[in-house]
Amino acid sequence: MNSIRKTAAADALLFDLGAEPLRALNAKLQALSPESNATAWRILNPRGGHAIAVGVTAPVAIRIDGPVGYYCGGMNDGARITIEGNAGPGVAENMMSGIVHVRGDASQAAGATAHGGLLVIEGNAAARCGISMKGVDIVVKGSVGHMSGFMAQSGNLVICGDAGEALGDSLYEANIFLRGAAASLGADCEEKPMTPATLAALAALLRRADCDADPAGFRLYGSARTLYHFHVDNAGAY
Amino acid sequence: MCGIAWLFLKNRSLEPELGAMTAGMLAVLTERGPDSAGFAIYRQGAPGVVKISLRAPAGFDFEALAAAHDLPVTVRDDHAVLMVPEPRAAALRAALARHHPEVTIVAAGARMELFKGVGRPADVAKRFGLAGMAGSHAIGHTRMATESAVTIAGAHPFSTGPDQCLVHNGSLSNHNDMRRRLIRENIVFETRNDTEVAAGFLSWKLREGARLDAALHDALDALDGFYTFVVGTETGFGVLRDPVACKPAVMAETDDYVAFGSEYRALADLPGINNAHLFEPAPAKVYFWERRDAGAVH
Repeated sequence: MNSIRKTAAADALLFDLGAEPLRALNAKLQALSPESNATAWRILNPRGGHAIAVGVTAPVAIRIDGPVGYYCGGMNDGARITIEGNAGPGVAENMMSGIVHVRGDASQAAGATAHGGLLVIEGNAAARCGISMKGVDIVVKGSVGHMSGFMAQSGNLVICGDAGEALGDSLYEANIFLRGAAASLGADCEEKPMTPATLAALAALLRRADCDADPAGFRLYGSARTLYHFHVDNAGAY
Repeated sequence: MCGIAWLFLKNRSLEPELGAMTAGMLAVLTERGPDSAGFAIYRQGAPGVVKISLRAPAGFDFEALAAAHDLPVTVRDDHAVLMVPEPRAAALRAALARHHPEVTIVAAGARMELFKGVGRPADVAKRFGLAGMAGSHAIGHTRMATESAVTIAGAHPFSTGPDQCLVHNGSLSNHNDMRRRLIRENIVFETRNDTEVAAGFLSWKLREGARLDAALHDALDALDGFYTFVVGTETGFGVLRDPVACKPAVMAETDDYVAFGSEYRALADLPGINNAHLFEPAPAKVYFWERRDAGAVH
């Protein structure tokens, strides 16, 4: 498995968003074939722009020098994207594979609906981190906001700090690993026993994220599975 | 959508640049709010003088109005700011209501001037000459209309009292009910707009003696919907996001200023932004900054 330790090549191709339009950048990146020799990119002056480096399907390294806006690295399928700054809402939303690495903080809905790959956030993530995640691995080295892991279906959400209110509300089969404290657990989210296999998987994931936190310091949360089927006692609520 | 930008200067040497920086922030937020725009700017005042910001239909002769009352005036497109000695303010308001029903009093205060108009934010800022205005802090808004029509009256900011204004990103779902309640408390409304109800709610609370931060706390219980509110006062401003916090908000603080943008993009041109402390205001938490005489911000 790839880890975030690999760094982009020194002779990266430069693209200055202060001089050329975003559409030109995304068109170039999306046209890359898996065999392309243009394997390293460096993007200057992102200035909080939206949808930077979305829909890339080639295994290239892309470094973005500054803060980005909405949906950076969305639908990523194989690229290794590093954001040297904060990320706006929906970073790496619907990622399929690859790595998105945020050096700063991420806004709300980081990794939303993502099917695969690895999202690493060095700072904090705001509300709804990993909402409806479908297989992605997310490692947040800081804390996450409220409603994180809402309706998370599969994959792993690792939180090295604390979690806001309603962690894992209406959770399906994703694993949530929390080192700090949760302000509250959401409906149907409960603490689970950590098996040796789960602990080993967490340790491997922390290594990939270049995170030195002790796996033994985390607690595992998962679905109590009481919301999977309609319970007739609740009929009166509708 | 909608976009909010505000800028609060800690370093007084930047005051001549306030308008230009605010205009730049508003222009960036056009995509979030292309329908109308407005801003409140806190500028130099004079002791014992009330600034009354007025709006009138195109062609209205503000100079003649000011001359008739022997008052200094600054005309900016279809707005004007009258400098009125405090003891004469009530009489002037009565005279305007009686003789000039076409003139709307947009805001009043010792330092706040308020302007708003329909159109793209950059055009609105240009019409009023925002880029040339100096001041200590400013709040701007770009509106994408949802709950009420695209009109000047529906544009933000809404004034909530002397030197107070409110801008809003989001929409309120209980504004009709709340408006009825506030009307019973003698709060006057000019539009069917939801934000005006939030402004009216704060006005009511402040009139009843609440501090602004306490009034914002009360808003959490009283107002249903989704919102990021920014309020301005003569000496500072406050921020409140609803508990769900769908509406984006980014703040930046340096030794020279505190700034707020709906998105980082709005902050990208501010001086020293690369070394600013950037953070998102937490949901359901009242933030309040005030400038004291010494220039410190709390």
